[in-house]
Amino acid sequence: MLITTTTSWTLTPEDEHALRRGMERLLQESGAHCAMLVDRGGQLLVLAGAQPGFDATTFATLTAADFSANDQLARLLGETDFSSLFHQGDRESMLVADVARRAILVVLFDSRTTLGLVRLRARPTVDELSRIVDAMSARDAQSGAIRAILAGADDEIDRLFS
Amino acid sequence: MSMINYASREINCKLVYYGPGLGGKTTNLEHVYKKVSPSTRGKLISLATETERTLFFDFLPVDLGTIRGFKTRFHLYTVPGQVYYNASRKLILKGVDGVVFVADSQIDRMEANQESMQNLYDNMAEYGYDLTKMPFVIQYNKRDLPTAAPITELQAALNPGWEVSDSDKQRLSPDPYHAGEYLTSQLASGEWIERATHFEAVAVTGEGVFDTLKAISKLVLKTLS
Repeated sequence: MLITTTTSWTLTPEDEHALRRGMERLLQESGAHCAMLVDRGGQLLVLAGAQPGFDATTFATLTAADFSANDQLARLLGETDFSSLFHQGDRESMLVADVARRAILVVLFDSRTTLGLVRLRARPTVDELSRIVDAMSARDAQSGAIRAILAGADDEIDRLFS
Repeated sequence: MSMINYASREINCKLVYYGPGLGGKTTNLEHVYKKVSPSTRGKLISLATETERTLFFDFLPVDLGTIRGFKTRFHLYTVPGQVYYNASRKLILKGVDGVVFVADSQIDRMEANQESMQNLYDNMAEYGYDLTKMPFVIQYNKRDLPTAAPITELQAALNPGWEVSDSDKQRLSPDPYHAGEYLTSQLASGEWIERATHFEAVAVTGEGVFDTLKAISKLVLKTLS
């Protein structure tokens, strides 16, 4: 069945708090210094840990595109997906993992920890974040939160573009 | 995929500029980037080949103002127009909230325009999106060129309209951007059709670029409301 618009989703302060708590625990346990949760469309949802010295919006978009491209590569290889990706640099490395097929978790780390430890600690975090994201999706499918905010805002929208 | 973030009081939406290669999609974004205050836009990212042809996408985040206390942030993307980049083109459409089709007005690009439009419908359908029911505008670019086809020809080829079967929508609907024209109208055969809004543009000079962006952004917000 064709749908008229793509689905929307909402991030409440409670969602943000729950997601951040899981991500901060991962950082503590793994020794990684920054974690980002990005939706598959490339929007940054939550950033935990040290503020990165780069434009996080751009970074989120590129990681989502990177992950999507690799998803397609996996399919060409006969896999359903690559559930995680690893990019190694001289100083900085990153692990990217799927979260409930709706988001991706990006973990940045350096030589103070190891890929093995980050990957080990990321696994339960991904499960925890997936449960939260699934619950958000189920709620958003019914709530129409954006509609509620923008309902009756036609005049305001017209003024914005006048 | 629109996203509302209560924590940062933002509404985020994704717009995609689609169309044939060398039609002016990247030029649209470059003009927006140049003209919008740095405080209301992010970086322009281009994943391009060494000859500056778009390889994967261009990306520009722009804040367009505040509604109901929420900052409206639009993420603008272009796709690679060249036919053989369809895999990456399709990826960019994922979660799109509004589409701008940038057509090349030149007569000898008519076939490329039509192929690209068909490709857009096909790729959207593969995601389960119905383009005729989504925010969608067409921009006829390169209107300054002597080889540009008349708008009526471009409209007939690229925007002939789709059937309106819902009887509630079978009524004349004026085109807010073209006086005396209608977006929904009845043909002599009795059939009701609806067309996408269209704009004329010369993206290299910026003409029509913001008209197009404002129209698609407004359509997206009104659809969400």
